[in-house]
Amino acid sequence: MFDLTGKNALVTGASGGIGGAIAQALHAAGANVALSGTREAPLRELADKLGDRAFVVPANLSDAEAVVALPKAAADAMGSVDILVNNAGITRDNLFMRMSDDEWAQVLEVNLTSVFRLSRAVLRGMMKARWGRIVNITSVVGTTGNPGQGNYAAAKAGLVGMSKSLAYEVASRGITVNCVAPGFIETAMTDKLNDEQKAKILTQIPAGSMGTPGDIAAAVTYLSSKEAGYVTGATLHVNGGMAMV
Amino acid sequence: MSDIADRVKKIVVEHLGVEEDKVVETASFIDDLGADSLDTVELVMAFEEEFGIEIPDDAAETIQTVGDAVGFIKGAV
Repeated sequence: MFDLTGKNALVTGASGGIGGAIAQALHAAGANVALSGTREAPLRELADKLGDRAFVVPANLSDAEAVVALPKAAADAMGSVDILVNNAGITRDNLFMRMSDDEWAQVLEVNLTSVFRLSRAVLRGMMKARWGRIVNITSVVGTTGNPGQGNYAAAKAGLVGMSKSLAYEVASRGITVNCVAPGFIETAMTDKLNDEQKAKILTQIPAGSMGTPGDIAAAVTYLSSKEAGYVTGATLHVNGGMAMV
Repeated sequence: MSDIADRVKKIVVEHLGVEEDKVVETASFIDDLGADSLDTVELVMAFEEEFGIEIPDDAAETIQTVGDAVGFIKGAV
């Protein structure tokens, strides 16, 4: 559908359901992909499955030094980073009144600050190339809010403002910065919900079903493409109509 | 003009697309040569590469004119 041949993509959180699907889709479109995540084994497994043009670059994004090293490792492996997909994220859910400073700080560090640092690091190469794509994976809860996720929703909403500001700055250099906001997606995380919880969620989704990681990957592939060059500062909501914003 | 000044001038001409005779020592990148703030960041990146030096952010802020750039680079190489 979209041809990414010759482009080098770094995907964080590639050991998870959505990140893995994103890496797979970009790879299928012809891109070279660097797979990042905290656990090396699933990354290695995915790289083996993809075959050529896949590289493993493990990193723990709660470690500031690892965040600095990651774009370099990816560029060493592939030659450059033309597409950065900031997909990695953690949750530390708690009711607001019970939320600790630590729970707040950890989520902001990984979900927002590391995205700032990674994006800053790859911009130099993108500016020189006069081409670049940054796609940040946010969440429907960054727009709607969600009880128990004050920290997570703050980080995800923060990504939107950050992306728009950066999009302004670098638009004239052929670099776009966009967000993809998933709704409820079938992953290991949502598998843990019981049938009753699932049924309740489905009543809120006009499409009548949860999304798949492939639905998110398709949106990311589009925003990474040459064809999406005029789309920047946007958030593409992929949520089955759950929140029409 | 020294070799460094020539190389700086060449980078400025190429990057900002300005006439060579406008790129004089006293010319300000932003006021005289039409650069925006992102252009100045890119110029600093280009100088770093051309001369194999590191220009820290606080030093980069003081480089406002062609002469400033030549002066800084002469001190750094």
